[in-house]
Formats: sequence, structure tokens, C-alpha cells
Amino acid sequence: MADDDDSVSLHQTPLTHVHKELGARMVPFAGYEMPVQFPRGIVAEHTHTRGSAGLFDISHMGHIVLRPGTSAPDAALERVVPGEIAKLGRGRMRYTLLMTEQGGIHDDLMVARPAGRDLFLVVNAATKEQDAAVLRRHLGDAVSVEPQTNAGFLALQGPRAAAVMARLCPDAAEMDFMDVAHLTVDGAPAIVSRSGYTGEDGFEIALAAGDTEAVFRALLAHEEVEPVGLGARDTLRLEAGLCLYGHDIDTTTTPVEAGLSWTIGRRRRETADFLGAGVVLDQLANGPPRKRVGLLPEGRAPVREGAPIQDTETGEPVGEVTSGGFGPTVNRPVAMGYVDRAHSAWGTGVNAEVRGRARPCTVARPRFVNNGEPAIVTSKQNKS
Amino acid sequence: MSEIRYTQDHEWVRVDNGTGTVGITQHAGEQLGDIVFAELPEAGQEVQQGDEVGTLESVKAASEVYAPASGTVQAVNDDLADDPGQLNSDPFGAGWLYTFTIADRAEIDALMSEEQYAEFCAEG
Repeated sequence: MADDDDSVSLHQTPLTHVHKELGARMVPFAGYEMPVQFPRGIVAEHTHTRGSAGLFDISHMGHIVLRPGTSAPDAALERVVPGEIAKLGRGRMRYTLLMTEQGGIHDDLMVARPAGRDLFLVVNAATKEQDAAVLRRHLGDAVSVEPQTNAGFLALQGPRAAAVMARLCPDAAEMDFMDVAHLTVDGAPAIVSRSGYTGEDGFEIALAAGDTEAVFRALLAHEEVEPVGLGARDTLRLEAGLCLYGHDIDTTTTPVEAGLSWTIGRRRRETADFLGAGVVLDQLANGPPRKRVGLLPEGRAPVREGAPIQDTETGEPVGEVTSGGFGPTVNRPVAMGYVDRAHSAWGTGVNAEVRGRARPCTVARPRFVNNGEPAIVTSKQNKS
Repeated sequence: MSEIRYTQDHEWVRVDNGTGTVGITQHAGEQLGDIVFAELPEAGQEVQQGDEVGTLESVKAASEVYAPASGTVQAVNDDLADDPGQLNSDPFGAGWLYTFTIADRAEIDALMSEEQYAEFCAEG
């Protein structure tokens, strides 16, 4: 994976030894020793998650708590994200973007308000230190930025996730999508949200490091649940059209180009007071120069990250693939990438260059599944 | 009695009456994970030992196929287009890649024996 880290002293999660016991193949990822797959393999793990419930160790991800300083955390955070945070209700969570001055994206993150005024941020593993630095630099004394270090983090994903959670944490099964709460899971205090990164229903469960193994084993004991590694996590999110930071979005891509304009609050568009607002609002008004789109390669060969995208007539470069591979649920190769606006309408034919050969692709909606089933859209006009 | 030789790229060659058959090893299949696509050489193609003659795509990554020995490609396993998973499930049988007319038997004799290959894998 692109985030491989050759450093000899990899961090471990509270579950590293459990993964090894389960026969996982371990790889370095964002500085952590993580399971890329368990013995059943990526396709089986992927399919199991879409059909039943997959259990993921996501303890490598970062948690940052924002507590009040001279200001309320929600008002302060709005300086650096374009989302509507002030109106985020207690017990609710929202996806937003940590912005750069230039309108690029430092990170994508979840902002939760489990209770009270404190905000609980879930950030990417590879960017967590940098995110804390960015927050401190821009928010100063307004809030206390407190990265959490001694935590475990699990995701239970799939159509059977709610039924399993109901046995260990009855309140969780009552939650709506993007609800978050302090609950008890099999006796362990946890922050539980109904959310995930697979396109399926599911839960994410933040725990004290010392409770993580017991809860992981308790979930795994249910017959619907199988462990899932990072390999299937990637194929699941790719089919679901979800961005992977550092690949599909980064400091050079704007929210508008990335198709994430829906994260920009209506009030925020008027007040224009977030980092990078100038570039972002200009692109909202006048259209972005390029757009993130889904790509359906013809045939069976996957088209992967880095493949140049070309006009079919002229061969001129019009974009690049940012994520691509084989989608087990759609049973075909799928990809996403950026193309210039002229080639961004769904249904447009483009070529992706793979090993020196032009491979025909059709521009499509980036999300290729719905409720665990293939749902490919190439006909509707792409809104810009 | 045919014999099998192995390369450091985790491919095998089986020799029967002057014809070589090429495949990948069990170890290669395990390392690659679920294979979803195989791009193979064409019948009649002349290949030199070490030439890149194809690509195997797993869910995770692409991996090249190298000619284990020089010769002329005779047949390619077209069944892999419909069922590339045979490379994982039956790498020494139904998952064969291509056959070729052997140009230089000495190239094959210099490859690893089964025992040597087992040692090679154990060394990592």
C-alpha cells in the first residue's frame, strides 16, 4: 500500500497479537503493524461484510478531543473546516474537512459531539500528528487540542451489524445513522457511533486500550461476525465511492473538485469565514476546473492509482486515476479519479493508460453499490 | 516422468518431451491474494528468459509474469480469462499459464529444484 512505512519500530494496536493469533498477514501501514487480510482473504472478507458483519481494527486512526479554552470548540473549529459545526446537535456526528489556506484539504475527519460542549474528532492515522499541529496553529488558545493516545477503535460493518450490537449494547441498535453516544459495550465504556467506511450500515466503537481486546473477542464470538483486514477495507470503501485521504483527496484537491461540496454548510457559504473559503466559494460559483468521478474500465483488468486518463480522440491528458482495483461485489474493476470538467459527465468515454496501452473507461457515479448490491450509474448528467 | 523447476520469481516450469509448461507457485498465489485477471503472452511469441510476458492482477496489486526460460509460446490457458481464481486454487494444475517449445534446456536445468525452492521460500 502507498502508506507503507519501512520504519523498524512499528506501533502496535491493542489487537496486534490477536490478529496474529487469527492468522492475519500483517503489513506496515501509517506506522502501525496492521492486518491486511485474514486467512479467508480479501474477496471473502469483502463479501462477508456486504452480506453479514465484518469486524475491523481501526485503532491506528487518530482521536483528538477539543475542549473549551477562550472559546467554544464548535465556533473555533469552524475557522478551519467548511462544515456547519455550531449547529451540530448533542449526540450527532458529521463528516468534514480540515482545510488549507489555498482551499486544499489537510485531512478528512468525523466531528462528533457525544455530550456537552467537547468535540471528539476522528482523523486519519497518517495525518493525526499534523492535524493536531494545524489545529493548535490556527485555534491557539481558543480550545485545548488533546490527542488521545491510549485508545482502541473498532468498526462493525454490514447488514447484520445492528443485530449483533443489539446483544452487547441494546442502546446502539436504536441509533440513527451518524448518531454518537457514550454507551457501554459488553460492560466496557465506549463512544459508539452509527457510521463507517464501507457503504454498509454499521458502528464505530472507541474504547480504552485495556478494554479493546475483550470487546473485539466478544463481537467476534457471534456467528455473523468475521474479522476483516485493511485490504477489504479498501475494496469496500472504493466500491462505496468513499475518498481515501492521501490518494483521492489531499492538499492539492479542493472540496468542490472532490465532489464534497455537500459538506459545506449553507451559512458557511454566506459567512465565507473558513480557511480556503476564497478558492472554494469561487469554484462553487464558477465550477471547478476538474472533478472527481467514478471510472468503469472495460474488460476485467483493474486500472490502478496513477494511471493517466486521456481523451479518446486526441490522446491528450485529461486527468488521473487516484484509486482503482477490483470490486468483488460489482464483480468487475472499478476506479475513481479526477478528469477535467469537459470529461466529467457520467457516461463520457475516456481512456486510462495501463502498461502503455489505452484502456477504455466510462465515467460513472463514484459510488458503485447500494445496500450491498451493485448500483452502477453512468446515465444521469453529472451536476457541477 | 516430468520434472518441475522453480524460479526466484515464484514461477514453475514443468518439462514434458521438449515442451515447457509455466505456472506460478502456491506461495506466489498466497502472496498475491485473490487473482482477478491474467494477461498472458500470445501463441507463437518468441520469449527470452527473464522477459516480461504477462501480468497477474490480484485484488490488491499487479504482479509481472517473467519467462522462466527462452522459447516459443505454444498455447496459453484461455480458461483463466473466465476463472482467474484457478491460479489460487490449483496453481500446479488448472491454473497453468502457458506452454512453450524449449529453446535451451540448460536454462531450465539451472533453475531451482523443489528442495532448493522450499529453502529459498523459507529464507524469505
